[in-house]
Amino acid sequence: MTTVKELPVEDLYTSGHTACPGCGGAIVARIAMKVFGPRTVVYNPACCMLIFSATYPLNAFKVPYLQVLFENSAVCAAGVKRALKRLGKDDVNVVAIAGDGGTADIGLQALSGAAERNEDITYIMYDNEAYMNTGIQRSSATPFGAWTTTTPVGSVRAGKVEYKKDVPRIMMAHDVPYVATASIAFPTDFIKKLEKAKAKKGFRYLQVLAPCPTGWKAETSKTVELAKLAVDTGLWTLFEYEDGKFTINRVPKFSPVEDYLKQQGRFKHLTPDDITRIQQWIKTKWAREKALEQVYK
Amino acid sequence: MMQAKAQPEKRIVTGDYAAAYGALLCRPKLIAAYPITPQTFIVEHLSEFIADGKLDADYMAVESEHSAMSACIAAEATGVRTHTATSSQGLALMHEALFAAAGMSLPIVMPVVNRTLAAPIGICCEHNDTMPERDSGWLQAYCEDNQEVLDMVIQAYKIAEDERVLLPMMVCLDAFILSHTVEPIEFPDQKTVDAFLPPYKPKHAYLDPDDPMVIGSFSPPEFIQEVRYQTEMSMQRAREVIGEVTEEFADKFGREYGGLIDTYRMEDADVALMTIGTVTGTARDVVDTFREKGKKVGLVKLRFFRPFPTRELIEIAQKVKALGVYDRANSFGSGGPSWIETRHAVYGHANIPILGFLAGLGGRDVTPEDVGHMFNHVLDAAKGEAKHPVTWIGTRGVEP
Repeated sequence: MTTVKELPVEDLYTSGHTACPGCGGAIVARIAMKVFGPRTVVYNPACCMLIFSATYPLNAFKVPYLQVLFENSAVCAAGVKRALKRLGKDDVNVVAIAGDGGTADIGLQALSGAAERNEDITYIMYDNEAYMNTGIQRSSATPFGAWTTTTPVGSVRAGKVEYKKDVPRIMMAHDVPYVATASIAFPTDFIKKLEKAKAKKGFRYLQVLAPCPTGWKAETSKTVELAKLAVDTGLWTLFEYEDGKFTINRVPKFSPVEDYLKQQGRFKHLTPDDITRIQQWIKTKWAREKALEQVYK
Repeated sequence: MMQAKAQPEKRIVTGDYAAAYGALLCRPKLIAAYPITPQTFIVEHLSEFIADGKLDADYMAVESEHSAMSACIAAEATGVRTHTATSSQGLALMHEALFAAAGMSLPIVMPVVNRTLAAPIGICCEHNDTMPERDSGWLQAYCEDNQEVLDMVIQAYKIAEDERVLLPMMVCLDAFILSHTVEPIEFPDQKTVDAFLPPYKPKHAYLDPDDPMVIGSFSPPEFIQEVRYQTEMSMQRAREVIGEVTEEFADKFGREYGGLIDTYRMEDADVALMTIGTVTGTARDVVDTFREKGKKVGLVKLRFFRPFPTRELIEIAQKVKALGVYDRANSFGSGGPSWIETRHAVYGHANIPILGFLAGLGGRDVTPEDVGHMFNHVLDAAKGEAKHPVTWIGTRGVEP
């Protein structure tokens, strides 16, 4: 198992990108590129990562790079891969790295199509739980209660009233070779999953919680700590669905969810009732995940 | 000097089949398609060619036309020749991606079966699907018959992939009148097509780890205007390329199409009508009928809408006393797109009446009588008796 220390020193996702301080997405790209290496083509949709990585005439990715539109990451990556095969370059990995809005909302159709066809690509969703690039609007991956610019805190309604969409479970329903969740706070686990994704053929889906201090209204130094707390509280479970087998990679400590919520301005309006609901949601989610482990042994 | 050629195979096929067979002969490496309502047989034929081993290509049965164009863009950007086909609603769904294909200089070729864009929802011929894409940076050619459909698909790749052009191209064919109607056409042989169209080996856009390139950067205002200018220059250079390709095609395949426009009995014409699509065939007969009555009318066939045949139409307008322009689409609040552009093209070069005619919208038949009305209006206009700038022909409650 490769540890952080054993990763190549050279970065294929370089410094000089213009992400906000504390950007979780940039960490996802950096680690992913260390694992995938130089024989890789990267696809970004129109998202934060495009803007902070590939504003002409600069690019932080030292590999071939394509961006076309917002909602078509999975099909574009698939088109690249099929063309590479046709050109006799089957050894080249194709990795789409897209945000939660471009994946869970507008990109879901293309994602589902590519998964159903078992296109030979790796799709990494860096989940910062809102449309950060366009100004922190709500996505279906925004968690319950969170403030965003389209779930404002008003006198009759405060924050998002719906729960976070469970995209990994949707991807599992496509029976693709590999689905996994990861966290930038657990790089060894993340690296292991990237390596598995790289080694496999067919459609591989990774969803990585990538805190966004700008959108979450948090200290820029707390990115990794928040990512860790999300796992420890049970809000974000690390699991894999590999060739039909579901495995929980880390049993949460179930530390109080307030520890996580109170460090983020997006949750500061929550009432004790709201927090109880979130704690209850964690229980329900965990019960489901334990059940999945029994079903997909 | 024309060389002796082997007798080409002749078969009776639909326009859809002609388009698909034209694509087959061009050896695309990736075809991506989706059967939106209304879909066409083109992509079914292509998938049959692949299933039968006649065409060695990836067939991506994607989940929408938006994805079909996206897959073509991605594969073309990687460096292979691609193909897709669509009509009306599917083209509208592709709208966003069409601009990306042109802005990235990706010479994708796509037959479009012209169908009415909802609402009201319908499936028959209207050009209100392709005309709104006139500003997308795609070249557009409109076909008169099934032979031209097949021949245009082959020429389209040659034009689009020319280093002076490098823009995507639509080959437009009228729904049902061509797409579902059989005609006997000549099938070129593969060897002749291979000699005419070399394999696609892009120097400007490819994704290769041995020579990394960024395609699709976010661009600040400092750079985008130059890209727009480059697209305009490519479109302007396409005029010359279309002329060359038309000639080379005529030489190798024995069929000459005229370039941006074609003309019929224009040598001594007093007035002319310009038509687009299949109405041209009807109008040829009407010209003959008028000529028999001693009326010196002629016909201009608009083959390319993009680039628009500015110079050619100025020459026409300088020869005739009045010009009529037929459109199968309307730009609401103004008039038919070809009519608008023709007036714009000849402005300052010829001071003649230029009348617009709208007919056949939603797939309604355009009869010889309808075309006769158009010629009569143009003949009246030549005598200084023009009624309206735009006339709706064959519309209930509207006098033609």
